[in-house]
Amino acid sequence: MTILVIAEHNNQALKTATLNTVAAAQKLGDEIHILVAGYNALGVATAAANIAGVAKILLADAPQLDKGLAENIEATVSPIARQYTHIVLPATAYGKNIAPRLAAKLDVAQVSDITAVVNIDTFERPIYAGNAIATVQSIDPIKVITIRCAAFDPVSSNGGSSALIHIIEAAPAAPGVSVIRRELTKLERPELTSAQMIVSGGRGLGSRKHYVKMLEPLADKLGAALGASRAAVEEGYAPNDYQVGQSGKIVAPQLYIAIGISGAIQHLAGIKDSRVIVAINKDPEAPIFSIADYGLVGDLFILVPELVDAL
Amino acid sequence: MKVLVSVKRVVDHNVKVCVKLDGTGVDIENVKMSMNPFDEIAVEEAVRLKEAGVVMEVIAVSAGVSACQETLRTALAIGADRAILIETQEELQPLSVAKLLNAVVARERSQLVILGKQAIDDDSNQTGQMLAALAGWSQATFASQVIVRDGCATVTREVDDGTETLSLTLPVVVTTDLQLNEPRYITLPNIMKAKKKPLERLTPQTLGVKIEKRLKTLRVVEPHKRGIGIKVPDIATLINKLTSEAKVL
Repeated sequence: MTILVIAEHNNQALKTATLNTVAAAQKLGDEIHILVAGYNALGVATAAANIAGVAKILLADAPQLDKGLAENIEATVSPIARQYTHIVLPATAYGKNIAPRLAAKLDVAQVSDITAVVNIDTFERPIYAGNAIATVQSIDPIKVITIRCAAFDPVSSNGGSSALIHIIEAAPAAPGVSVIRRELTKLERPELTSAQMIVSGGRGLGSRKHYVKMLEPLADKLGAALGASRAAVEEGYAPNDYQVGQSGKIVAPQLYIAIGISGAIQHLAGIKDSRVIVAINKDPEAPIFSIADYGLVGDLFILVPELVDAL
Repeated sequence: MKVLVSVKRVVDHNVKVCVKLDGTGVDIENVKMSMNPFDEIAVEEAVRLKEAGVVMEVIAVSAGVSACQETLRTALAIGADRAILIETQEELQPLSVAKLLNAVVARERSQLVILGKQAIDDDSNQTGQMLAALAGWSQATFASQVIVRDGCATVTREVDDGTETLSLTLPVVVTTDLQLNEPRYITLPNIMKAKKKPLERLTPQTLGVKIEKRLKTLRVVEPHKRGIGIKVPDIATLINKLTSEAKVL
């Protein structure tokens, strides 16, 4: 069993998601290779070489790999794919974009968003917004898998034995597609998917101003990431990449505080693996209370500042 | 130019599904079925492109059992011009659907295919990317804005830390994010009109596609249940519980 992990990075540093992905890969086999496909990404490859339990790093370094376009990554991986039994990516926007394209090129099925490895060809994955867990077996010679980061604790980013970095050729740039602009949301707080604590707001906040005024002091006090329900995003209280739920990010922090969120099925799907869930809502019948460990019924505009003061 | 939109019939997003006791799957008998919400957004976007004069014809495609024609009629009521049903009783996995759609794309010589980013039943998020790979096209997934002009598409995508805008030469596959648009309400006159629009029936055989099941579902179970929570009367109690009982503070 030789496993290829496709690293997610920004050409400067590995994303934490890569460490979760290596953790999942370790459950599949003991020879783990990591592909770093990027531009001027030698530093990332060197960092990847220090990850515990990694045998070899493949580095494909070329301008066309700079922005991580699925077309170019897939074309770079396809020629070497048959050397592997498993190709594993994180189920992030990056991994979800690439993995199915790669699988179709190899004419194999893709297994999405696995939460557990049963054995080398059998995996657990949630379906129907997490309301059921399916155990699926792949009969293909190569398993192309994306993993749910929240379900696998990240491996240590150091302590490895400086695995050898092997240069591989990048595929030529796919014609007719390029990235012309990137607008990243400035984050001064922990990243949502890897945060230990999340403070999340919903429609109950009423406005963008209230979202900021109520949630930021609390997040700052806790060192928490900020999240939002779909309703809050649609109302413009928070940017889209703050969205937690079936169509946004799936999180599993130590503590999730849901404020003014009623708890639609789609939102619950994104948070129910959190260790502790706290809900603050004025409606005692809100579905969020069905999964909250600690619920507080009342006016968030009074309770949240009180909570901030008490911390 | 023709645009193809693929639509899937799924359990309505408001239904809380139950797992069958024998562990073979989810009980979907006598449950309300609807068009996958992301596909509604795809149809809406295609119809808007037609209304803007960018595309000539919108073709809605669905694969599955005979009842999928209801989903196609919904697409026609939103404003699609005609529909294609690829009828089969077999279980369809994303790779098979991508192969079927690829065959329809070749047949219709379409330059643009819009799909939802994922179906809310299997939550795979694969079909659009697979279709792009099979057709050898570029892909723009999780789109929140689509502009098509002079053989080019400019697509803004939702990524984990913000947005990214791609410039693509057609042909291209686009998959829709929730932010892309707000699907219109379907009016009664349009439902009536949709009944008269053409709906063609094909089979995987006529398209020359073999349906294969590469993933076997061994069992389906209920997710791990969380313990029953408690309501606390005030902030002081909450903090006390979080510190001493849950030990998260």
